[in-house]
Amino acid sequence: MTASAIDCDLHPGVPSVATLLPYMDEYWRHTLVERGIEVLESASYPPNAPTSVRADWRGPKGRAPSTVGELQTQALDRWGAAFGILNPLFPVQLPFSRDMSAAMARAVNDWIRAEWLDRDDRLRASILLPNGLEDALAEIERLAPDRRFVQAMVLCMGETPIGRREWWPLHAALEKHGLPLAIHAGSAWRHPPTSVGWPSWHVEEYTSNIYGFQATLASLVTEGVFAKFPGLKVVLVESGVSWLPAFLWRLTKSWKGVRFEIPWIDRPPAEIVRDHVRLTVRPFDGPEDAEQMKRLLDHLRSDELLLWATDWPHAHFDGDDTVPPGLPEGLLTKIMVDNPRATYARLAEGVSA
Amino acid sequence: MSRHVVAPVSEIPPGGRKVVEAAGKRIVVFNLDGEFFALLDRCPHQGSQLSGGILCGLTQSDEPGHYRFSRAGEFVRCPWHQWEFDIRTGKSWFDPRRTKVRPFPAGVAEGSELVEGPYTAETIPVRVEEAYVVVEA
Repeated sequence: MTASAIDCDLHPGVPSVATLLPYMDEYWRHTLVERGIEVLESASYPPNAPTSVRADWRGPKGRAPSTVGELQTQALDRWGAAFGILNPLFPVQLPFSRDMSAAMARAVNDWIRAEWLDRDDRLRASILLPNGLEDALAEIERLAPDRRFVQAMVLCMGETPIGRREWWPLHAALEKHGLPLAIHAGSAWRHPPTSVGWPSWHVEEYTSNIYGFQATLASLVTEGVFAKFPGLKVVLVESGVSWLPAFLWRLTKSWKGVRFEIPWIDRPPAEIVRDHVRLTVRPFDGPEDAEQMKRLLDHLRSDELLLWATDWPHAHFDGDDTVPPGLPEGLLTKIMVDNPRATYARLAEGVSA
Repeated sequence: MSRHVVAPVSEIPPGGRKVVEAAGKRIVVFNLDGEFFALLDRCPHQGSQLSGGILCGLTQSDEPGHYRFSRAGEFVRCPWHQWEFDIRTGKSWFDPRRTKVRPFPAGVAEGSELVEGPYTAETIPVRVEEAYVVVEA
């Protein structure tokens, strides 16, 4: 891995709610203890599922790595990288209380700042957004001045489709601050993760993230978010990649026949997605054969869509096989360096925290 | 190309259409408010007959949530996949450069001119006192 690479998806584990208490105000610091809320775990990433944390990266009692030291040893120093972007998955989306969701998101973001960003100059982070729109806007305004926050993050299965107009103030704020919207795999569990009801198995549920990404992408495009906010970029994180060409084919094909319903979409949706949307490469869900991979990449019809990511500490590869199999050598600099730099304008700035 | 008399004007009222055969081609003739336009009756996509499609206007937008409607009845939608074609030009809305249906020049001629020829009237009897739709194909 080249030393100028940018790893666009790293997951710092929050060990427990107690970790966040020092970053909360007096009320939340006490009430969470009084209520006995010691852990908050999402079914999106069951802690003991072998996919959630690679076996050789687990700590005592199988816990997920949760310190900057572990990140350095296991990934950053081992493989080398100019920057690593932290995407915390602590499930602040789960509480139904807007206030609790906001308090937890603030605490996670401040924990990231104090215990990660301040301890390694290579680190950057997503602003983890709470569920409420007003709270999300407040968090963006609070943290955007810290240029180490390079994007803001939601899950692909939230409360409502995020392209809808009630969400436009969020898109406006992100565009204003030059922050891409990261949409990460995972659910707020307000709806079954499939449109036909509840899955039975984890493998079924993890796969269903694809439907969440497709629905979210269709919402952003058809509602006209990119027409209204032409400066907005979206990064699909841990989305998989290989489903995209077929989905765009369907979306664009159908648009030709019913485009009068959404006349603000005056060019093929696939083009809009290629201009505004990027995807991280782990997981890729691609063929391992280089020739087949080349054909799949041709279907993307752009070499600017993909962003380098190891998805540490999720288990996608063994040892140091950081490059998804089949990816052409000639594309690596583009994916590892050029595309992330083009996506995250803030990476070019010096740290000004 | 030769000129074909395809119908008396009275047979295709404004908003109406007629499928005709000219020079061995199946052609659909539209009357847009007194002006006549002719298109090959074959969608460039998969060959459906455009003459079976509904007429629609042009829906545009300056920004999401804003609808601008104009040119009522001046587009025909292919009955199979609803692609919109501009009756005046044959061009599709979504890809006017590459996806278009072949247009043919169409107009109106008085029977008194037509009687003198050279026109192909085929099965249309021409009378001096009537006007006729003429297609070049």
